[in-house]
Amino acid sequence: MSAEKAFIPPDRQRPTEAPPAARAVSLRTRSPVTEAVWVRALLISVGLAFVVVFLLLPLVFVFVQAFKLGFGEYLAQLSEPYAQSAIRLTLLVTAIAVPANLIFGIAAAWAIAKYEFKGKAFLITLIDLPFSVSPVIAGLVYVLLFGAQGYFGPWLAANDIQIIFAVPGIVLATIFVTFPFVARELIPLMQEQGTGDEEAALSLGASGFRTFLFVTLPNVKWALLYGVLLCNARAMGEFGAVSVLSGRIQGFTNTMPLQIEAASKEFSRTAEVAAFSLASLLALLALVTLALKTFLEWRYADRLSSAGQSH
Amino acid sequence: MEIRIANVRKEFGRFPALHDVSLDIRSGELIALLGPSGSGKTTLLRLIAGLEHTTDGRIYFGTEDASARTIQERNVGFVFQHYALFKHLTIADNIGFGLRVRPRATRPSRKEIRRRASELLDLVQLPGLEKRLPRQLSGGQRQRVALARALAIEPKVLLLDEPFGALDAQVRRDLRRWLRELHDKTGHTTVFVTHDQEEALELADRVVVMSQGRIEQVGGADDIYDAPASPFVFSFIGESSSLPIVVRNGEAWFEDRRVAIAAHDCEPGPSRLFMRPHDIDLADAGEGTLSGTVAMVRRNGGGRRIELAAGQGAHRVEIEVPAEIAPSVGSQVSFRPRRWRIYADPASVKGTANAAAAKASVPARAIAAE
Repeated sequence: MSAEKAFIPPDRQRPTEAPPAARAVSLRTRSPVTEAVWVRALLISVGLAFVVVFLLLPLVFVFVQAFKLGFGEYLAQLSEPYAQSAIRLTLLVTAIAVPANLIFGIAAAWAIAKYEFKGKAFLITLIDLPFSVSPVIAGLVYVLLFGAQGYFGPWLAANDIQIIFAVPGIVLATIFVTFPFVARELIPLMQEQGTGDEEAALSLGASGFRTFLFVTLPNVKWALLYGVLLCNARAMGEFGAVSVLSGRIQGFTNTMPLQIEAASKEFSRTAEVAAFSLASLLALLALVTLALKTFLEWRYADRLSSAGQSH
Repeated sequence: MEIRIANVRKEFGRFPALHDVSLDIRSGELIALLGPSGSGKTTLLRLIAGLEHTTDGRIYFGTEDASARTIQERNVGFVFQHYALFKHLTIADNIGFGLRVRPRATRPSRKEIRRRASELLDLVQLPGLEKRLPRQLSGGQRQRVALARALAIEPKVLLLDEPFGALDAQVRRDLRRWLRELHDKTGHTTVFVTHDQEEALELADRVVVMSQGRIEQVGGADDIYDAPASPFVFSFIGESSSLPIVVRNGEAWFEDRRVAIAAHDCEPGPSRLFMRPHDIDLADAGEGTLSGTVAMVRRNGGGRRIELAAGQGAHRVEIEVPAEIAPSVGSQVSFRPRRWRIYADPASVKGTANAAAAKASVPARAIAAE
């Protein structure tokens, strides 16, 4: 720094107590990847404006609308039988779909990270399918498979099993759309970690199951939690695939998102509150998820980003 | 515990990693598997451990056939190049892991496991680190913990896969000495893999030199260095230069000149003359000497290194001379090897095992030395 200083004409030298940032700009020693002040200001305000208009305002609006007839009415709408039924159904579906994807995610990540087999790349691609396929199509496929006119329809009807327009259909649709979340978090981490720790545990006499329990699982636990969190948020909020399969019977097969839509179509002030009170619950869930996710990223950044610590 | 490896073959898919390898490891011996990458040394170690299974052949621990046993049953202590410590466990829990995962009937009490962990930490000279996590330790300390963890299960055999490969030179040397002392104290049969010949020659009782899935030579440091069994071993261990020669009537001919070295024990035909830089003397030009043009002169510690281009083929020969001698680049210099070995030239002999190995290794060595 002192060598640089010698080349600066005296009139351009700042007093030594000037903050380093200010001095850096005046000396034209700005980092080559940084922009001028006005460019930075412009970029930041454009980004901020978008966030406010498209994210923050709607979020605030949800809560404003939910509470516009007061807190009492808010609670009353949430205790309505249809709303209660929707909340219960959403919780039930999530309670089935998330553990199912948890087990699948660990199994798939394990298989992909620890073994070599034919069709591995294909399996990885396939896991991503729900991200690229429209949820409506996913719903329709299940209707074609399990619906009255579907391939398994007659057999299901004969055995008195109802999948379409019932809870099993909603669960199937939810599992489909949340399929990749856990697996996607685990696969890169487990691939990065390799099999060294497992080999060490096996050589020390641990059985396969104990190795999994004491070594593999602790190594991926934060990524696993992260994946479950995202999976959970998506499972509760899923609309498209579920709406095709549920049949939308209020009080029976309406999940929270479906019930919100149903309520929003009734043009009354209380129905509006009903819609937005449920919406506020989902928004709250989103905020909690976001907070937890940020916390995990901040606290365990090193372990989430597959940085092999043993190296 | 002695280990006998009998005609072991290993293929990964269709790629052969080991061809018919046999080796006897004596009880209590410290033996090194040395070779370039891809020579099969790590594969052999992992086969002994049970981390891989043989395609063919058997591995015996004492009289017992270990090939049929799982890694858990073999009771080997394995140390990995990258330590493979469990990062979520404390040092004490890492060391006690092998005891903690035993079935309840043979599992020592928690207190006993803790006591054993402390004892082993003393043995590896890291007392008082029980409560630390692996990431709070330096590389050298981690590897010592990994060794303590492997010793905790009272293994029959200790297997180390490039144990010092990830450490810097100074720590490496210290740990090498320390491992030798530890081995002499505990007396485990120990097999370690390395690509560092200095490490292998200094540390091991016997060295197994491997190349391309085959054992080239097994012996002590003196055997390996002074009596290399194949051109590969000669060029892999220490420094060397080689010249293509022809053996005719017990005489060696380099291009159109007779070289005054004894070659009557050698097979007639195209051969290769191997020699080490410090086993070559400068000589007056004359009958029976070799000569070359000085291509480069470098100061090399206490001496000087001359690089010559010999003959029409400009074959590279390095000679170590006292610092006082400093020929100028481009001048003609005559020399004569004091010690040498002649091997039938691999390039013109097809089908034998050594030929295949040396064919690839000789040019590789030449490139590496540049």
